[in-house]
Amino acid sequence: MNRLIPWLLLCLGALLSAAPGAAFGQTPEADPAAIVQKFGGKQSFDATEAVVSELAATGDERVARALRALRDGDLYWRKSDEKVFVATRKGDDYEIFDPLSGDSAGTVAKGDLEKVRVKNSIRNAVTGALGTLTLRADNPAQRMRAADTLFSEGDPEMVAPLDAAIAAETDPAVKTRMQEARASAVLVSDRPAEEKAAAAKVLAARGDRESLNKLTAFAAATGDAAAKKAAESAIAAIESNIAFWNQAQNVWYGLSLGSVLLLAAIGLAITFGVMGVINMAHGEMVMLGAYTTFVVQEVIRANAPGLFEFSLAIALPLAFLVSGAVGLVMERFLIRFLYGRPLETLLATFGVSLILQQAVRTIFGPSNRQVGNPDFMSGAFDVGLMSVTWNRLWIIVFALVVFAALLLVLNRTPLGLQMRAVTQNRRMAAAMGIRTPWVDALTFALGSGIAGIAGVALSQIDNVSPNLGQGYIIDSFMVVVFGGVGNLWGTLVGAMTLGIVNKFLEPFAGAVLGKIVVLVLIILFIQKRPRGLFAQKGRFVDA
Amino acid sequence: MILARFLGPRVFILVAIVLAAAILVPASNLLLPASHPLHVPSYLVPLFGKYVCYALLALALDLVWGYVGILSLGHGAFFALGGYAMGMYLMRQIGPRGVYGNPILPDFMVFLNWKELPWYWTGFDQFWFACLMVVLVPGLLAFVFGFFAFRSRVTGVYLSIITQAMTYALLLAFFRNDMGFGGNNGLTDFKDILGFPIQAGSTRAGLFAASCVALAIAVLFVGWITRSKLGKLMIAVRDAESRTRFIGWRPEYVKLFAFTVSAVMAGIAGALYVPQVGIINPGEFAPVNSIEVVVWAAVGGRGTLIGPVLGALLVNYGKTVFTAVLPEFWLFMLGGLFVFVTLVLPRGIVGTIDHGFDAFRATRRARAAEKGEAGGQDAVPNPAE
Repeated sequence: MNRLIPWLLLCLGALLSAAPGAAFGQTPEADPAAIVQKFGGKQSFDATEAVVSELAATGDERVARALRALRDGDLYWRKSDEKVFVATRKGDDYEIFDPLSGDSAGTVAKGDLEKVRVKNSIRNAVTGALGTLTLRADNPAQRMRAADTLFSEGDPEMVAPLDAAIAAETDPAVKTRMQEARASAVLVSDRPAEEKAAAAKVLAARGDRESLNKLTAFAAATGDAAAKKAAESAIAAIESNIAFWNQAQNVWYGLSLGSVLLLAAIGLAITFGVMGVINMAHGEMVMLGAYTTFVVQEVIRANAPGLFEFSLAIALPLAFLVSGAVGLVMERFLIRFLYGRPLETLLATFGVSLILQQAVRTIFGPSNRQVGNPDFMSGAFDVGLMSVTWNRLWIIVFALVVFAALLLVLNRTPLGLQMRAVTQNRRMAAAMGIRTPWVDALTFALGSGIAGIAGVALSQIDNVSPNLGQGYIIDSFMVVVFGGVGNLWGTLVGAMTLGIVNKFLEPFAGAVLGKIVVLVLIILFIQKRPRGLFAQKGRFVDA
Repeated sequence: MILARFLGPRVFILVAIVLAAAILVPASNLLLPASHPLHVPSYLVPLFGKYVCYALLALALDLVWGYVGILSLGHGAFFALGGYAMGMYLMRQIGPRGVYGNPILPDFMVFLNWKELPWYWTGFDQFWFACLMVVLVPGLLAFVFGFFAFRSRVTGVYLSIITQAMTYALLLAFFRNDMGFGGNNGLTDFKDILGFPIQAGSTRAGLFAASCVALAIAVLFVGWITRSKLGKLMIAVRDAESRTRFIGWRPEYVKLFAFTVSAVMAGIAGALYVPQVGIINPGEFAPVNSIEVVVWAAVGGRGTLIGPVLGALLVNYGKTVFTAVLPEFWLFMLGGLFVFVTLVLPRGIVGTIDHGFDAFRATRRARAAEKGEAGGQDAVPNPAE
């Protein structure tokens, strides 16, 4: 996302400056096209800086392109006629563009151009000028960004331009941002203390960490008692606000971790929870799903790059099939011989997990594989003071969808009915004509297939390596055991509880210690309630 | 001889072989010239020593898994804790010879800018104290852990998983630098033990002999326990826990005793292991290590006393060979071994042979009875019955 912002800015800038310059506050006598040409020819830094402020003074939207090019070192003048161009490299030559309109003006040899030299102070001047310019931009989003830039800069010189911009502003949201920017500028200016106290209130209403920093600096520096008091009460207000959002962020992270745990554990809730099979290769089923995603993306990249946005949708059924097939094979050739011998099942499936890991390591190599995020999975947005990334949000949604789908399968389909019948009373189910071995195999395949689906989602947030599954296996078992064996709702609640508890412990105990504390808590919990949070009662409980 | 009769000839032979190795291997390494065909090269001595420690660890697991039916997936943790206790002693013995030359603080603490030794490092400059800790730390952990687990009747797979969670938690903990155990790198760079330089051939030979003696004593000890009345109780708990409880015994105490003793044995194995390999790091806590121990015992045959020892030696020899020749192949082998042992050879090598032998005797007896011969002379009454 961080890389995306400048890019978006550039695009927007290009769009805007390509549009005919009908901006506010344009002084008719100053012709930007003429001023821009003053960059041409050898000249001192001071002269360049003067041109920058002259350009900024025009208030013309179009000069943004030239200024940005200047800052980025893309502004050149032609040696033959000292005309100024924006140039980009094209092979050995440069393609040149008009500095204001951005129209192409052909290509020239490298030797024909001379770069307009800049230094940091000029770059800063350009940035400031761009901020002022964009305060008057047509696009409200751009004006808002300009206000935000000015807010973080807190430049006392900007109070007056901001006042003008606020007066002209029509969009209430942008106006608020501009007022905040003005307040931040007022705090560091030499304006009267009452005005500063008012500014502190504005910042308190904004209530984020940056305001807090500005207010703290102000409170430390100011000599005026009333203003200081206003700043301090503002600081207190912001701090409680931040504390609230911190809690919210923790809950959010916890839900996010919980959804990951849920995804990893939900297949296990079937194989372990419903069937009672200890599948230590469960993590490897997740890993296979992640590698399926990788392969799908590789194939798409090579053959049909346009489909990349749909790569996850394509990978989902495939991952289900791959992991499900491996699960089916495991059940038919290994696990069915070990029913009723849980410890042996544990060992044998652990052996399978070693084999699968090594197989993947041999085929794909031991290092992490790059699985790309489609566009809808990348980026983030803000809710209040917390940042929400799309991939985490989608994974929570996805986990809940998978959970709901599984509930439906178990409760509303013939297969689900037969599964429940077989797990509750195998002999009676067999007497009713259910092919119990077949149901066992399908149940195991279903659990494994769901692990594969989880792998598709986890490939978006975790490293896709042969060890991917190992990291989840213990956590998954903890979730299932904690939630209560044989109860899908228990798995849901268990996963979310563990996720949130984990994230709330982290700030106090650190990530690793937090995890240890959670493990210890679960161990203690199992002592207290050996059958989990939602223990099954009545006739289904084994002796 | 009474001992031999009590334990059976096989155990006696095993003990004799182990004790013979304790004398012969060091002797051939130290006394015979390098050109002699029976000379054991120096690099093999610590390798063999490592195997012997693993055998001791497998035997410890056999006590709980084979005789009490507790599948612990956390025995690697007790092994590593014993190893760390010994490692801390060896660390303190380095003294001012470390890279930073600090007479008190080990190198990694100097590196982390620690000013003084943490309280839990005090006393580890004394060998006796370290030895005490080798026994106490794993024993205490197992006691507390087992007390809670067995009291609330956590059994079977649940117990396996929480033991695995225990070693996993310790793995995470020991990876942390501020735990004060060297973090990721663990403890290494040892110089000497009890004043003997640790790299010297004679020290290594001595450590090897000590490991063998420890193994022999452990075999006799486990043999004694399992053939005592308590051992019968253990097997009763393994085979029919509820019934044992209904008769009036307290299975949780039997389990707790076996688990604690077993953990202490694992700790001793770890303590003997560390000076021979020269390093202990958190990797020893990895759940995979603990599970590998299980496969040693399973391959050899659990509940057979000599099986796990044999299994540990065989599998680790195989590991050494395969990781040298076909490193890629080893995990396939190990994984396949798990599947093979559980599916085809659930009794392990020794157990299968025993079973086959019993079956053979039973058929012969039956045939003899059919022929009308009087009773069959080979129907020797079993002293255990």
